[in-house]
Amino acid sequence: MKPRYSVFSLARNAMNYHKDWERAWRSPAPKEEYDAVIVGAGGHGLATAYYLAKNHKMTNIAVVEKGWLGGGNTGRNTTIIRSNYLQDPSIAIYELARSLYEDLSQDLNYNVMFSPRGVLMLCQTQHEFRAFQRTAHANRLAGLDCRMVTPQEVKEIVPIINDDPNCRYPILGAYYQPRGGTGRHDAVAWGYARGADAMGVDIIQNCEVTGIERDGGKVVGLETTRGVIKTKKIGVVTAGHVSTIMDMAGVRMPIESQCLQALVSEPIKPVIDCVVMANTVHGYMSQSDKGELVIGGGTDPYKNYSQRGSFPALEHTVAALVETFPIISRLRMLRLWGGIVDMTGDRSPIISKTPVEGLYVNCGWGTGGFKAIPGSGWVFADTIANDRPHPIAEPFGLNRFQEGRLIDESVAAAVAH
Amino acid sequence: MSKPYRLGSGGRLVDRTKKVSFTFDGKSVSGFQGDTVASAVLASGQRVFGRSFKYHRPRGLVGLGSEEMNALVGVGLGARHEPNLRATQVEIFNGMAAVSQNRWPSLNWDVGAINNQLSRFFPGGFYYKTFMWPQSFWKHVYEPFIRRAAGLGKAPEGRDPDSYEQIHVHCDVLVIGGGIAGLAAAEAAAANGAKVVIADENPQLGGLADISGGAIDSQSLVDWTAAKGAKLYAAENVHVLNRTTVVGHWHHNFVMLFERVADHDPALLSQGVPRHRLWKVRAHQVILATGSIERPIAFANNDRPGVMLASAARGMVERYGVAPGSNGVVFTNNDDAYQTAIVLKHAGVGVRVADSRARAEGALPSKAREMGIPVDTGSVISAVNTTWGGLNITGVKIASYRKGQGRVIKETKAEADFVAMSGGWNPALHLWCHNGGKIRFDDALQAFRPDKHHDHITAIGAANGHFGLHQILEEAYHAGSKLSGHGNLHPVPTAQQAEERPLEPIWFAPATGKYNEGNKHFIDYQNDVTAADLELAQREGYESVEHTKRYTTFGMATDQGKTSNINGLGVISEASGKTIPEVGITTFRPPYTPFSFGSVAGVLTKDLFLPIRRTAIYQWHVDHGAVFEPVGQWRRAYTYPKAGETNHQSIDREILGVRNKVGLLDASTLGKIEIKGPDAAEFLDRMYTNMFSTLKIGKCRYGLMMNELGFLTDDGVTVRLSDDHFLMHTTSGGADRISAWLEEWLQTEWTHYKVFVTNVTENWSQFAIAGPRARDVLKKLDPSFDLSNEALPHMSFVEGKLGAYPVRVYRISFSGELSYEVATPSSYGLGLWKDIVAAGAEFGLEPYGTEALHVLRAEKGYIVVGDETDGTTTPIDVGLEGLVSKKKADFLGKRSLEQSFLKGPNRKQLVGLLTEDPNDVLPDGAYAVRHVKDKPPMEMIGQVTSSYRSPTLGRSIAMALIENGRNRMGETISFPLPGGKVVRAKITDTVFYDKEGAKLNV
Amino acid sequence: MLVVKCPVCGAEGDETDFHAGGQAHVRRPATTDPAHVTDEEQRDYLFIRINPKGLHFERWRCDRGCGKWFHAARDTVTMEFKAFYGITELPPMDVIAQAKGQWAEYFEHRLKSEHKA
Repeated sequence: MKPRYSVFSLARNAMNYHKDWERAWRSPAPKEEYDAVIVGAGGHGLATAYYLAKNHKMTNIAVVEKGWLGGGNTGRNTTIIRSNYLQDPSIAIYELARSLYEDLSQDLNYNVMFSPRGVLMLCQTQHEFRAFQRTAHANRLAGLDCRMVTPQEVKEIVPIINDDPNCRYPILGAYYQPRGGTGRHDAVAWGYARGADAMGVDIIQNCEVTGIERDGGKVVGLETTRGVIKTKKIGVVTAGHVSTIMDMAGVRMPIESQCLQALVSEPIKPVIDCVVMANTVHGYMSQSDKGELVIGGGTDPYKNYSQRGSFPALEHTVAALVETFPIISRLRMLRLWGGIVDMTGDRSPIISKTPVEGLYVNCGWGTGGFKAIPGSGWVFADTIANDRPHPIAEPFGLNRFQEGRLIDESVAAAVAH
Repeated sequence: MSKPYRLGSGGRLVDRTKKVSFTFDGKSVSGFQGDTVASAVLASGQRVFGRSFKYHRPRGLVGLGSEEMNALVGVGLGARHEPNLRATQVEIFNGMAAVSQNRWPSLNWDVGAINNQLSRFFPGGFYYKTFMWPQSFWKHVYEPFIRRAAGLGKAPEGRDPDSYEQIHVHCDVLVIGGGIAGLAAAEAAAANGAKVVIADENPQLGGLADISGGAIDSQSLVDWTAAKGAKLYAAENVHVLNRTTVVGHWHHNFVMLFERVADHDPALLSQGVPRHRLWKVRAHQVILATGSIERPIAFANNDRPGVMLASAARGMVERYGVAPGSNGVVFTNNDDAYQTAIVLKHAGVGVRVADSRARAEGALPSKAREMGIPVDTGSVISAVNTTWGGLNITGVKIASYRKGQGRVIKETKAEADFVAMSGGWNPALHLWCHNGGKIRFDDALQAFRPDKHHDHITAIGAANGHFGLHQILEEAYHAGSKLSGHGNLHPVPTAQQAEERPLEPIWFAPATGKYNEGNKHFIDYQNDVTAADLELAQREGYESVEHTKRYTTFGMATDQGKTSNINGLGVISEASGKTIPEVGITTFRPPYTPFSFGSVAGVLTKDLFLPIRRTAIYQWHVDHGAVFEPVGQWRRAYTYPKAGETNHQSIDREILGVRNKVGLLDASTLGKIEIKGPDAAEFLDRMYTNMFSTLKIGKCRYGLMMNELGFLTDDGVTVRLSDDHFLMHTTSGGADRISAWLEEWLQTEWTHYKVFVTNVTENWSQFAIAGPRARDVLKKLDPSFDLSNEALPHMSFVEGKLGAYPVRVYRISFSGELSYEVATPSSYGLGLWKDIVAAGAEFGLEPYGTEALHVLRAEKGYIVVGDETDGTTTPIDVGLEGLVSKKKADFLGKRSLEQSFLKGPNRKQLVGLLTEDPNDVLPDGAYAVRHVKDKPPMEMIGQVTSSYRSPTLGRSIAMALIENGRNRMGETISFPLPGGKVVRAKITDTVFYDKEGAKLNV
Repeated sequence: MLVVKCPVCGAEGDETDFHAGGQAHVRRPATTDPAHVTDEEQRDYLFIRINPKGLHFERWRCDRGCGKWFHAARDTVTMEFKAFYGITELPPMDVIAQAKGQWAEYFEHRLKSEHKA
């Protein structure tokens, strides 16, 4: 049992100049065999391991990671958390995740800074207004706390918004999820890692998977840069790199890897206290606790594994946000970066068993995976532990692409962030 | 101790004959033309420029240029305020208002400084360990407090009044950096006739030549760079950009340059000059001559105001004639910093040197000793003493030191009011790395330097880790010559320079007291990250350099680690026992220094942000009081309210006008695509779900288009103009998409088809004249063709003239009334429109807008793709199975309709709805539930797709996609609305008006 | 931002003057034999994509130039274009030789079947 983090432990350690803090997680060498191995120590992979240990008492498991934990899209996103999706399966998984976020800091004893500051999705055309109105009806009947708000309310919530009725896309209203918000992305990965580690899960960093060993139609182990690891269950959670890993098991994926960029401004004193998404003009913005404006937009239109995007994709986003929030014109861009996102044909994720026995896959979160981490880990752990899809995971199975049972959120006129 | 520090003479950049006055925190300060805020404020005796991010410690000037991380100021008032500017880069002008940041109420008395007293409780990453209880306190108590304390400057207020622009440039060679290396490379490339762009972030060329010592061809470096600069300015094939920072390097040598055009002289703005200009340069070759950045040394309280980089100390003297203090200590691990001691001594400032190396025998140390400057080798600064609050340095302690030593054994006090430090120089390789350039660690420099790059980019001079003048010149002239594309080698001048001995790294200077207890050795000044924080992160398992960075926020401040990077890696290296290359480095990302969002938006603001598409009739609509709505890129007339009318009343009037008299709609936005060629008919059979090869010439047919997933994507009426020539109508938003879609299939799948596809949407104005009197109106316009129902029945077409206007007339209807769509070339559009309005007056013709159009079509049960469909809807779902050909072997989407889910049971099907109470208008998108419950969740069975109050029927009507709807005719379903009201509605077919279509065929 | 060159009209320009059109050489099974397309074939056609880290083959359109679609071979890590070639063509043989994994399999199969034909 690890010593708990609290204001008291902080004070106690301060007396000794913080020399006695324990490691947040161990750095173990891989064992010869595990009951299950998760490939990929991003948020989704670590959450899966955590819930395998916590909910299913599977503690003889490992998470193997090519680089450093939380180093992929978990640490590169714009940290938006919301669940106001249109389709039932999406609502189910994102709301499970959002509700787990509510007390994740307490559950993990690690402050993930979940901040339900509200998510405001602007309606800037009649069509968008109608689409969100539909989503609002669907969400209300699903039990979500969401509502449409008027342009006046939008202005009250976000005083810096351009409310000129003669601007290119005047604000006609917005769809508001007051319990949506943001979290601290790295802390989610670290908190899950620390929590899983405390229950005995081995998190093995700098360990690249080079092959998946099969016997007939079953998995029997993994080849890695740190040797062969025997296991009968493998959960692949490697986002943009999922095609490469699944290829090792002969499973071809409905995935394309693209670059999604985000950027931050220099830090300024607080000017915006919620997340604003303007889908008509393709931009969204919030402000971090450090004071940086966090801005994201669309993906590059082509395949890209370089983690470096193309500038035009951002340029449009910035122009859109300068129109939406005119005061940012004189603020400055501090840093921009890219992540490799895994896009599926219907832009919804895959949480699935595969044609190979003992091989499970969780991917396709595309541009919007951070908000789903706790829910995704929860249902994927259940799927792996019981070798059958969790009911919430079931609609996200691979077979939907064959049956035409797509989960298309673009219907809601929203970009899926 | 706030005495003015301006020296009696000197200062290469300032013009002492021209006084400039401005305000700093409201207090009037005067400087000279050529001063920066940094030099002028320092000259006034003010050392504290701002407060740090976390501990709110007072901070002074550290650097000389864009590396500055402490002295950040806000400049300008109101809507023209700009926060977080580096005081070292802000050129002063008369009337400028500059303010310090992150302090309250004032710089010297800051309440936030309590954080420093409590700093023991706030180690790196502390917030992850606390603030968790009680749960709701994070959002409501802790976080607001943290947010207010964090942040730096304040945002401006209101819309930016200034303008920005962008410019695209192609060149043979882009030289980044106007120092000695950049000037030499540009000269060589230009001499070979290459088109050269050279950009430098400073107001003047020369880089650090003026503080570097040495000579070229017996000229001083200042003279040499001035001469070369003048030559480049004069050259026709060279474009010199000052005040221009190269912010990023992207794929295929795409480079972005940020030019501060008017920041130094706002008077330019009134002449129409943009404030900033963004240069988008595509260069055949990029030469990186970005020089190097000096690094601080991690010693206790190395952040006190008055501790600065050695280069900044001598730069202040040489450039601005400002002394950093009256008596200082140069703390170094290399020879270069002795130049600072020499410069200070020359300027009459008291100075001594503490050198961490055991020996300092190079030419510069020897010269310093000869000048009588005390030099302590094997020495470090172990403490910095200050007045209360840390505002002013009163002295330092100098301790004896041997490499690797962690504790102070012996120390002595020395008087000092400033410290000039130098831990060596890092090549500025940020741009090298933006697009994936590889780097390697150089043991002699104790820094990373460029290695391989897959793009056409070459690093030279200090940016490439070369500091010897001769070597720099040789490398620069060679690169410039070679990369110009011609290869004539430019002669290399000779250089004279004092020889320098190697540095010895020192990542942590031992401090007074126990090892690393309570002393703050700052690594990242702005974010208040200390060596102890980095060690703590390592101890806690945040071992990857990326973990350490994110856990402690090291390198994440507005300077993005320019000065802190290598020092941090050094600390991590010592704490982890790994070498620096093993520790690795965090990724360099654009931009090199922050640049304005305004410049990124450029001119794409206000009217030019997504420009509006307008039909030829747009201004008429405006003049006649239309209310508009955005439709795709278009703006269409929504309705034309008359004086005293609400929109609602106006729409009802327009609808009834069409039903009872005649109305006129500007349908020009409708997509129009001509499809021509011997295979046109077969091609359309592939594109549409229904058959077009059987369509007779002069006839119209309504067609449906699916995507390959089997979902409806567009619809419209297509007419066969001749055997091989069709005109397709698409939805208003769909024209560009569908014409591209047709092209794609033509070019990529059915490449043997001989077909041309041409989008003629904007070539034609098109109007619907709809209503029982439509024929009467047209007759008055002198048609050249027979308008009778027999000659031109419903769904037929004629080409001819209306008076003088050439027209295409389609007898098609989206309202259910007798209707003609008349198209004329756009240039005639407004004339014909006005003539129709005039001709129609006696029949009661009035224009109607898009909302009336929608109600009219809904009354008839006509679908709108995008309303009744949502991207998951098949033609069968909306009841148009009859339009899905069974005869054709293949068309787009056909195979997908066979997928189990698409042909499965319980799909949502389009039905009509009549509410029990005819006055209840269901909201758009309202969901029906299987069973009404007291509270959610409730199982949903479908949703309203369109809903209106129909003035024609005097009641509400709606269409909906309802699970298994067509088998539920007559069933009543329930829609629980917000607030608890439940609306009940009966399922009907979708045609509410003129079910038999009698009105169409008159 | 990439520089793309149209092999049809020769126009060379920024990627914003072109339209990226996804994976190249995807076969539409219904075109040749609409009556016998299995669910798996249709799924593969619609959704399954080769997603290599490295050399990739894709479609582009010369949007602001001649309007023609064409093929390109590009490295998805370095972003370097290796070839531009016609929409009905195969890549140059030296580029095919650099293809790996599923692309190598594809071209091997394709060349064999064309040889037979």
